[in-house]
Amino acid sequence: MAQTYSNDAFVAFERVQKSYDGETLVVKDLNLTMPKGEFLTMLGPSGSGKTTCLMMLAGFETATHGEIKLGGKPINNIPPHKRGIGMVFQNYALFPHMTVAENLAFPLEVRKMGKSEREAKVKRALDMVQMGAFGGRRPAQLSGGQQQRIALARALVFEPELVLMDEPLGALDKQLREHMQFEITRIAHNLGITTVYVTHDQTEALTMSDRVAVFNDGRIQQLAPPDELYEAPQNSFVAQFIGENNTIEGVVQQISGNRAVVRLDSGEVIDCRPVNVSKVGERTKVSIRPERVEIDKNRLHPDAHTLKAEVLEFVYMGDIFRTRLRVAGTDDFVIKTRNAPDQRRLQPGEMIDIGWLADDCRALDA
Amino acid sequence: MAETSTNGPMLAADGTPLKQSLAKALKRQKRMALLLIAPLLIFVLVSFIMPIGSMLMRSVQNTAGTDYVPDILPNVVVALEDWDPATGELPSEAAFKAMAIDFAAAFENKQHTQLGRRFNYETPGMSSLFRKSGRPISRLKIDQVTDFKSELIGMDKDWGKIEYWATIKANSGYYTASYYMAAFDAERTLDGVQMKEPDQRIYQKLMIRTLWLSALITLCTLAVGYPVAWLLADLPLRTSNLLMILVLLPFWTSLLVRTSAWKILLQEQGVINDIWVAIGFTERLSLINNQLGVVIAMTHILLPFMILPLYSVMKTIPPSYLRAAKSLGADNTTAFLRVYFPQTLPGIGAGALLTFILAVGYFITPELVGGADGTFISNRIYFQFSSMGNWGLAAALGTIMLLIVLLLYYVYDKLVGIDNVKLG
Repeated sequence: MAQTYSNDAFVAFERVQKSYDGETLVVKDLNLTMPKGEFLTMLGPSGSGKTTCLMMLAGFETATHGEIKLGGKPINNIPPHKRGIGMVFQNYALFPHMTVAENLAFPLEVRKMGKSEREAKVKRALDMVQMGAFGGRRPAQLSGGQQQRIALARALVFEPELVLMDEPLGALDKQLREHMQFEITRIAHNLGITTVYVTHDQTEALTMSDRVAVFNDGRIQQLAPPDELYEAPQNSFVAQFIGENNTIEGVVQQISGNRAVVRLDSGEVIDCRPVNVSKVGERTKVSIRPERVEIDKNRLHPDAHTLKAEVLEFVYMGDIFRTRLRVAGTDDFVIKTRNAPDQRRLQPGEMIDIGWLADDCRALDA
Repeated sequence: MAETSTNGPMLAADGTPLKQSLAKALKRQKRMALLLIAPLLIFVLVSFIMPIGSMLMRSVQNTAGTDYVPDILPNVVVALEDWDPATGELPSEAAFKAMAIDFAAAFENKQHTQLGRRFNYETPGMSSLFRKSGRPISRLKIDQVTDFKSELIGMDKDWGKIEYWATIKANSGYYTASYYMAAFDAERTLDGVQMKEPDQRIYQKLMIRTLWLSALITLCTLAVGYPVAWLLADLPLRTSNLLMILVLLPFWTSLLVRTSAWKILLQEQGVINDIWVAIGFTERLSLINNQLGVVIAMTHILLPFMILPLYSVMKTIPPSYLRAAKSLGADNTTAFLRVYFPQTLPGIGAGALLTFILAVGYFITPELVGGADGTFISNRIYFQFSSMGNWGLAAALGTIMLLIVLLLYYVYDKLVGIDNVKLG
């Protein structure tokens, strides 16, 4: 079959807008393309428009404006049942009056598949999620994690090219969730399936995805691989939303190339990497990750700026130490240090000098 | 495990059996619970269980007024013991004498007319015989009469009818099956118990009509109520609350008012017929005082009893099930039939059972809009009860209805399972 679309745009949102009441936009001018086989996560706080996007892709909501394409073809006017998209729902939506095997056979039956072929596929799908022995059970007789596996198997049994998952792990406890994160990515990669995954859990997004689209206020704030998202957030929302982050406000004093000098509101001056500040005098939020803060002077660059800090609280967390400091007028500046034999345990009240590499300190929009 | 590996019952810390310990601990709780429900329990016992028990008794007790027939006619019962109506001969002289003695005593106690009415249920004509014979028999000088047989027949030749005496003999026990025989359209003839002529089997006809119309009404409420309940469950709460008030509105209106309203709407010169004629039809429809009228009015009246259980079940079905079905490739019809509908079955079961049982016992609406061919068995029961004073037959008919409903309930339980019924 001739491909009428570029390989990079298996799924494409083109200038998509969505409004429920005709007054406010829930999704504002969304543009997104996904190559085949990608695992993309839509991450964002509730009400950010991520689930609406998923529902538009599935066909349960219609776009107010713009075009959604699947395999190069516009799908705006195709009803959900003809889109051939697998979907895993938040509450699994396993049909309670059918057994597990009947649930899995359902999409095959409506496709008028023969009985023997159906049974073979159901068995293969159940084996894939290691639930081969549970075909005769009712969903209510399964644990949450087992139901999750069945929901996944059901969404995959009819071999869709695209699978959507709407916060599928939200109802599981932490340990099971971590296990299932691994399981889902393994299956998705093995089958080479294209996946759109919606979650508000950033750890989930970071550990599972090829790329993450961070949603806020109806727009994609940043679309990037997890490491880039974490280490190089493009704006202060992403910096705040992904991982733990220290923010200090100030004013840009100088910009030259990839160096900016920022005068903090408390008066100190520090070096930063300018990300989305452009001119002198602009207000900025300076962002620095807790684990990139250095407390050992010997490890810092000789001419690096340092700040005075007072230790407020020391929390032992096993693998790391989490220390809260008072720095440049803020009381919630957090640093994380590795629990190594030579690591210092800071005492509350202690005064220390802290510093960092200028590249790790990002001057973002205020 | 360690606890279960020991032989014998589990023991509490002090060595008493655990079960006993638990029972003691729960005793106070149970007593409190019993105390809380006591008023209701007493009320139900006095106003529900006891009347039903008394109805069951009445359907088999052989009484005239407040006394049992054999207590009013003690000598006659003994004297008729050896008599066989099938021989075609009148009872012996002794029986006539016994009748004169017992009858005089009954007249003294003013029981002879009640007795006559009791036998009249079985054999029409006996009521007037007993009424007319009261004074003449009481005037007889028992020890001077030599031939009671000719004396009584001379008084009223009806005393010479064998079937009258047969009726007295057949109903001389403390308990009788004759009410049930009547309820099943059977009668006692000189040749034994036989079914009545087919065109006289009114109770059978009414019973079948009641069940059939009730089933039809249940079906109609389901057909009308299902989409409404679905809409209610699907709409946002604000809108659905408003609609729910409209559904419940009939509940807050007197049953009589609603039925009368249907009478006004459906009658020959009523609103609907006027519109019918206005749009060009010449023939007026007969929509009321027949079975159609009963079905229309009762479907409307019983609709909330179908909608509410359906609604409460549908409310618990998340919309994601239908979405899931569609995402798996099912079109709207398949998704509804295979995924939504099966999950509403408990609601359909509850609604249908409730509506059907209510319909079977309905009285006012069939009475007012049923006309001749739309009346239910309950109307006949009321007629026997109030107009004929035949409480025994009314009780027998009531008991049969009760048994039929229990039977249906049982069948339903076997087929669907009563656990699957969900009222909310």
